[in-house]
Amino acid sequence: MSDHQYTPESKFGKWFNDRLPLLTLANHLTDYPTPKNLNYWWTFGGILTFCLITQIVTGLVLAMHYIAHADMAFDSVEHIMRDVNYGWLIRYIHANGASMFFLAVYIHIFRSLFYGSYKAPREIIWIIGIIIYLLMMAAAFMGYVLPWGQMSFWGATVITNLFSAIPLVGEGIVTWLWGGYSVDNPTLTRFFTLHYLIPFLILGLVVLHIWALHVPGNNNPVGIDIKKPSKDTVPFHPYIVIKDGFALLMFMIVFAFFVFYTPNILGHADNYIEADPLVTPAHIVPEWYLLPFYAILRSVPDKLLGVVAMLSAIFILAALPWLDTSKIRSAVFRPLYRQFYWILVADVLILGYVGAMPAEGLYLLIARVATAYYFLHFLVILPVLGFREKTLPIPLSITEPVLGGSPNLATAKNKESSIIK
Amino acid sequence: MSEKKTNRRDFLFTATYAVGAVGVGATIWPMIDQMNPDASVKALASTEVDVSAVNPGKTITVLWRGKPVFIRRRTQDEIAEARSVKLEELKHPESDEDRAKDPEWLVMLGVCTHLGCVPLDQKGDYNGWFCPCHGSHYDTSGRIRKGPAPTNMEIPKYEFVNSNTIKIG
Repeated sequence: MSDHQYTPESKFGKWFNDRLPLLTLANHLTDYPTPKNLNYWWTFGGILTFCLITQIVTGLVLAMHYIAHADMAFDSVEHIMRDVNYGWLIRYIHANGASMFFLAVYIHIFRSLFYGSYKAPREIIWIIGIIIYLLMMAAAFMGYVLPWGQMSFWGATVITNLFSAIPLVGEGIVTWLWGGYSVDNPTLTRFFTLHYLIPFLILGLVVLHIWALHVPGNNNPVGIDIKKPSKDTVPFHPYIVIKDGFALLMFMIVFAFFVFYTPNILGHADNYIEADPLVTPAHIVPEWYLLPFYAILRSVPDKLLGVVAMLSAIFILAALPWLDTSKIRSAVFRPLYRQFYWILVADVLILGYVGAMPAEGLYLLIARVATAYYFLHFLVILPVLGFREKTLPIPLSITEPVLGGSPNLATAKNKESSIIK
Repeated sequence: MSEKKTNRRDFLFTATYAVGAVGVGATIWPMIDQMNPDASVKALASTEVDVSAVNPGKTITVLWRGKPVFIRRRTQDEIAEARSVKLEELKHPESDEDRAKDPEWLVMLGVCTHLGCVPLDQKGDYNGWFCPCHGSHYDTSGRIRKGPAPTNMEIPKYEFVNSNTIKIG
């Protein structure tokens, strides 16, 4: 935290701050020294906070009109769309907001992967982030069940049945989750309750995520440790606040485009058909943000192993700080890792694509190769790369390459040393 | 440090923890068990179905405990096909004689044992059922032959009340 002591100017401020140091906290947040070279990939933390608040506020309003009952849920959603003042707007913001939330979180995660933000001393920040991501998936899945359309019902059936793969107790767990012998009204009401709860758990974890971040401070594109405060840092306010604000505006334009021009493109038409336990839609697909994991699930021809592979694909991320053995954080100085990073990005996009396609023929083959590569990246390539890769020399400070006058940090360093000679 | 001797205080600690653990467990259990099927769900135990209008080669689907049940009146070809399969060829070996007490009637839960979708009738490589979700193929006896499903489609408890009526459950 800040080294200097803060004293409020006003007498009342001092009186209050002595009893509850809220002003000290506010001062810490505004003065918080931030690396001066943070690029726009670093603005997604703020964007994600905006997404969470948006989901909580719109969700709260929707809950005033929604009825969590198997016989009435579908109609109550249509009631929101047609009768409630601005109901269509609020629901479209909430539904597309989930997609925007995941879009931002994927960029945020891949930013960490590129710049090595998960490495020591930031492992706890990273693991809290993974827990938030898991909770986000749970919240999104349960929220998708609430309109009680065909995709809601069958998505819920397929996902809850994943637990039946557990030996011995699996069936009992599924019955317990359902509160019956199939997905039905008891399932809907408990999903509604949990869907309401999870965002507040996420909010609490976000506070821990930021708290843990403020102990070592932000990583940065160069990935080196910097002194704080120093000539390498700028105060959070106004520098980062303005930059985050501008990025948020750009993001909101994309958000608004979906909400106002194509609000249903990310959903499925089948979900405008009321849930029918007798008919499974011909082609069940989860929402786009879960597709890579769905592809991994389907690529394994065994029920239990498929579920294990899918869950491992997520949990392996939590072990990343220890799987990546390289001491160098930023991919800028890791020529080989940089290439593998982009292969991984392509691999995940391919998994997402085949996850949306029928699990047969060439698609199935591609899904299997991509699944194998996904695990290969984390379990073999990353650990080995740390020992084998010849990394580029890293600068001693953020200011150094800038003064070198070249955008290429490595060239700048060489140039500088030749000048000295 | 001298060797620790068990004294009255250690006993009190252990006893307190033990009673505390039982108390916590007894408090948590109702919170967990309330999620299990309640009395009204369990009460919907059985359904009677009139099958007099079902001709050979036709399937009807009825809802029992919120799940679809397939009642298929099989053709002679289908029965012959189901009974000619050797048990060693099956992923989940069950003879057709055990699955269909009356060979003409196959009564089973229309729920794919993979992840719970409803398979489609008269589709797939074995002329039985095919699950569109993740590609499981079932034969004319509802046994898993190809794909990710681990077991055959389940046969519920049922009986013929008379020649035209089946009671499921």
